[in-house]
Amino acid sequence: MFINLNIKWPAFSWLLSLLLFSPLLAIIWQSFGDDHNIFSHLWQTVLPDYLLNTLLVVIGVAVSSMLIGVPLAWLIAMCQFPMRGFFVWALLLPLAMPSYVVAYIYTDLFEYAGPVQRWLREFFSWQSPQDYWFFEIRSVSGAIAMLTLVLFPYVYLLARTAFLEQSTSLLHSSRMLGCSPWQSFVRISLPLARPAISVAIALVAMESLADFAVVNYFSVPTLTTAVYDTWLGYGSLAAAARLSAMMIAVLFVLISIERLGRSKQQLYQKTTGQETKERFELRGFNAFITVLFCSLIFGLAFLLPFVTLIDLAIDYFEQSWNEQFIQYSINSLMLATIVSVCCIVIGLLLSFYKRLSNQRYAYIPSKISSTGYALPGTVLAIGVLIPLSFLDHQLNELFEWLGREGPGLILSGSLFAIVVGYVVRFVAIAIGSIESSFNKVTPSLDMVSTTLGLSPLQMLIRVHLPLVRKGCFAAALLVFIESMKELPAALLLRPFNFETLATYVYQYVSDEQLELGALAAIVIVMVGLIPLIFLNRSLEQQH
Amino acid sequence: MKSVVALSALAISLVSSFAAIAAQEVNIYSYRQPYLVKPVVAEFTQKTGIKVNVVFAKKGLVERLTREGKHTKADLLLTTDISRLMELTDKGLTQPVKSTVLKRNVPAHLRDEDNEWFALTTRVRNLYLSKERMAGVTLRYEDLSDPKYQGKICTRSGKHPYSVALISSMIAHHGYDDAKVWLEGFKDNLARRPQGNDRAQIKAIAQGQCDIALGNSYYFGKILMNDLQKVWAESVKITFPNQQDRGAHVNVSGMALTKYAKNKKAAIKLMEYLTGNSAQNFYSEINLEYPVKKGVRVSKLVASWGEFKADNLAMSAIAGNRQLALKMLDEVKFDL
Repeated sequence: MFINLNIKWPAFSWLLSLLLFSPLLAIIWQSFGDDHNIFSHLWQTVLPDYLLNTLLVVIGVAVSSMLIGVPLAWLIAMCQFPMRGFFVWALLLPLAMPSYVVAYIYTDLFEYAGPVQRWLREFFSWQSPQDYWFFEIRSVSGAIAMLTLVLFPYVYLLARTAFLEQSTSLLHSSRMLGCSPWQSFVRISLPLARPAISVAIALVAMESLADFAVVNYFSVPTLTTAVYDTWLGYGSLAAAARLSAMMIAVLFVLISIERLGRSKQQLYQKTTGQETKERFELRGFNAFITVLFCSLIFGLAFLLPFVTLIDLAIDYFEQSWNEQFIQYSINSLMLATIVSVCCIVIGLLLSFYKRLSNQRYAYIPSKISSTGYALPGTVLAIGVLIPLSFLDHQLNELFEWLGREGPGLILSGSLFAIVVGYVVRFVAIAIGSIESSFNKVTPSLDMVSTTLGLSPLQMLIRVHLPLVRKGCFAAALLVFIESMKELPAALLLRPFNFETLATYVYQYVSDEQLELGALAAIVIVMVGLIPLIFLNRSLEQQH
Repeated sequence: MKSVVALSALAISLVSSFAAIAAQEVNIYSYRQPYLVKPVVAEFTQKTGIKVNVVFAKKGLVERLTREGKHTKADLLLTTDISRLMELTDKGLTQPVKSTVLKRNVPAHLRDEDNEWFALTTRVRNLYLSKERMAGVTLRYEDLSDPKYQGKICTRSGKHPYSVALISSMIAHHGYDDAKVWLEGFKDNLARRPQGNDRAQIKAIAQGQCDIALGNSYYFGKILMNDLQKVWAESVKITFPNQQDRGAHVNVSGMALTKYAKNKKAAIKLMEYLTGNSAQNFYSEINLEYPVKKGVRVSKLVASWGEFKADNLAMSAIAGNRQLALKMLDEVKFDL
């Protein structure tokens, strides 16, 4: 471009991204170790099946999240219908549900021994499993359904933000030029929102690729299972690292295909700030179908699991009440807040560097920083542990060399490790969301502000930040909620006696005794609601 | 930029506040859930004034310990499976403990020859059978591959440490090839893909999905003690396999002192306490496991299942066959 960035920007961006990339680098480095032929053994036995399951789950979740999330986003952003005010925020609620809790509840409900099948058996007086067919909840399609229920709000949220940020004058023009509402959606709204939607789909794909809790609970072996098997079973970190590298490769291929699809598109738009948004008024049958669709999704993804949790919490209240809940909530909140702020700042800086730089490889820092999201949590945790404990050891040796007592494991043995782990894992969300907001800001603004003498940093703060505020908010919210729920990294990296709500719930879920953790799970959801309400207000304010 | 600096300052201040160390304490890395560990150690703290700190994770603690090396804060490790204990000693992450108390409390076959690990409890891999549909039948593990039981058996994932240990013992007794034929037959008899934990298997028998299931002894008791789940266990009986020959397969939960333990004295005190009457009683009464210490009685409920003969295969043989068992599971595609 036309702006000459001084050396500080690229130096800082590259350094930052290398830091964020170092856990993955450590894993890749591990993958060159001797794996005692475990990889080839796996390849000859179970790996093809695992690979197929992985592809089915990732593609299945991505497609079904899109089919649910995009229509919902468009309906809420562009249409007026009964109860819209409720669904606006209600459809975000499933985000606050940990996937392992949802999977647990639905399995309980639909498995052979569950109430639904039991009732059917009683009603039709069937005796054994051979007497009738019922779908198997613990299956690939079951896993796709569960992951979709908790992940579709990503698509809904980012697509809705994109629809809201769209300039209405474009839509008005399209209508004036003779487009029907449907045509104007397909030809104007959808292409404009495509970058945001594809970011959301990429996030959903990464999240389902990294998922272990649900597929493990459903005993659907995927690549993640193989990673854990090789590492914890066969004790070969090298083979596990090789598998992880393979997972990242799968992901890069998927994302590049999408990028290729819109590489020739350049989309910019301006909102004048004086536009009034008018929503399409839905009536009669259309309104009915819309409300039904929204209610169904809300009911399945949030209401039913939440009511079940409350029911369990009441039944087991005495056994599960714990006066330390408040401390755990504070821990969770504090961690989630620190992580979201870090992610947003990093996301802003890296995306802005990519935007302004005229270097050919300026896209790399934000790209490599985003890879942590696709790694299964425990593997990532090990990835974080390797460089941090290495630094700790160096630091201690330095102290000893100076003749003093070393500080011990101040990096890898403290809260710092968890924060790093979470940031590495979730910064992809922030980068994705912020970049897609940046993409909609026309470059002419950069030119004008440069002409008027703003430095890049001033430009970021005074011009761009107000324009991408919504993208930042959405990103902060997603990171916050994910951090509230995140588990494997927290489990392995935490300091002594440090308990979050998620780790507390997990000790019971891992033992299939959700009833004892139900109360804490409710607290996770409730705490997650606070930023949701906040965000929603800011999204709706101007419209 | 300022915000980055501010944030790192915040992070560092948090770090330092967590790095503070109290005087008398023991740090534990635990594969056992805290709700099972905390009550026992709470009493220890009360009696001795030694504070006990715990990190619980089901995966990766060995790796964390390896990376932390000599700077680790962990003094003691608690595990739920023999293989993990052996993995720790094989990797040189533990150190021998010389203690007459431990020697007295833990029988020789339930501790390491070089005193690098000690068992705390034993648990049996039982067969749960439907009272109604399997009336009067007793089974051996070998019978799980009998075509007569096609579509009648449920189990949790083959990759779970408890299942792997059982398969390892089958390899030890029958050799790899015969054990593999057995595992293939076992797989063909499954009523459903391996799934759920041991509790879920009891539930499946109660609901008629299968007639036979593998499960650890204490799960059966835990269900009986749960008011809402108790009904599942009513139509199920717990049996000890192979009583006419080698005896039922047994695994252990245990502990080991880390090589670089900073609070060695206090940690050994805790180890001794965990093998003592009070803690062993807790394991027996509340966790429904079999205590290792002679003279500590099993709980009434567990006693009601009767005496049994245990397979006296060396613990090291079970851990030694682990890799083979895992390979076999992949070859048979047991979980798929």
